[in-house]
Amino acid sequence: MTAFVRYESKLQAESAVIDEIVLAGDGWMKELLPGQVIRIVDLEGNQAADTLFFDAENPDDHYSAVATITGQSNIYLTTGSILRAESGKELLKIVADTCGRHDTVGGSCSAQSNTVRYSHDKLHMHNCRDTFMLQLAKHDGGYNYTKRDLAPNVNFFMNVPVSPEGGLRFADGVSAPGCYVELESLCRTMVLISNCPQLNNPCNAYNPTPIRVLVWNP
Amino acid sequence: MTTVWSKTINPGDKWSATISKGRLLRFTALRDDANLAMMLFNAFDLTERYNMPDTLKAQYTAHLTRGNVLMSDNGRALASIVEDELGWHDTISGLSTRAGTDTKYGATNYQQLRNEWLHSGYENMAVELVRCGLAIRDLGPVVNLFAKVNCDDEGRMIYDVSHCKEGATVMLRTDMDVLIVLSNTPNPLNPSVSYPASSVQMEVLEAPPLDPATDYCYNFRGENRRAFENTAEYHLLAGR
Repeated sequence: MTAFVRYESKLQAESAVIDEIVLAGDGWMKELLPGQVIRIVDLEGNQAADTLFFDAENPDDHYSAVATITGQSNIYLTTGSILRAESGKELLKIVADTCGRHDTVGGSCSAQSNTVRYSHDKLHMHNCRDTFMLQLAKHDGGYNYTKRDLAPNVNFFMNVPVSPEGGLRFADGVSAPGCYVELESLCRTMVLISNCPQLNNPCNAYNPTPIRVLVWNP
Repeated sequence: MTTVWSKTINPGDKWSATISKGRLLRFTALRDDANLAMMLFNAFDLTERYNMPDTLKAQYTAHLTRGNVLMSDNGRALASIVEDELGWHDTISGLSTRAGTDTKYGATNYQQLRNEWLHSGYENMAVELVRCGLAIRDLGPVVNLFAKVNCDDEGRMIYDVSHCKEGATVMLRTDMDVLIVLSNTPNPLNPSVSYPASSVQMEVLEAPPLDPATDYCYNFRGENRRAFENTAEYHLLAGR
């Protein structure tokens, strides 16, 4: 494994202010305050937690995959990585990582991309972008999130290596039961998670599983 | 093939327009080291746009070249690369910013330098998006035509300074009516300490009718064929 800075958190689950299970196919959307820490746990291994972030002070400024990777000149995220918004603003910092590979360029599955990637008869299948859109539709804050706000997301625990020749593939997961990633919010940040229900891709052995989300106060 | 329109996009320039389906867009680097950032939208539904992850995943690639289709978030072919002398166009480096431009090339402003001041890709795109009724929330990954950025085994991103030579061309075909937004601004990973200054010639030509039986991009992969089928269904239902 390359580009992996393994760091274990000292935070205890008992002191978390939020501790929730998100089943595969479900979504989770909550705002973090500056200094709050969020941990996403891959409970059974090889699950993909598709996650988007918005600057809650200015939700027009969403997480940017390319600003994040170009800002660190590396496509992989691990302990120490800064997740940036489109403007370049620093949204969160990864403060612990026991997994070692998180995809930055693969984005989320959708009904429409499933028809392209697999076959036209996959249109009915549940997918991450539907989960994202349902969460946006149910959000009752002051900002009217729409599909326009769905930028390419991070896929925590997903292994999508890019080769020096410019190839991209979906490799076997490197995650394992209990692996986690932990991020400290550097500002008011909206977090939007789709726990991936993908049944067409062997990355999760065709068996989407739950994740656990914990949040600690500063 | 007759050129119906052409324009030179100078360093720092931005530009946008609606272009109908069935046109060829030929871009030529007029000097070495060009970088033309591009966004594409469905001209009749601006919420549908080029989707970088969907495009890359469907074609198992992190870069774009001949045969590749630029796919929308609705699983359709917006445009395809029908000719390419460079073999690589960057999809993962995004736009230059004001802060990055000032840090790298020195702070400039219009008050002192008038139109010689240095533009950033983020600001150029923001202006054109707002002009077209969109906003910065619509910003996303761009295609950086002419630029090559690859990754080593450790994920480090490397800008290839010798990739784009004067005269190099790439030609796209519009497969839907598109809003195209362009910014001729430096790739953020270009290590040059002086502002890269290659103009880009853009020509629009009429494309021959797409023949699914023989078209290279259509038949490049099964995924591409299905994206074209989704586009055909859209045109059938919309009567376009």
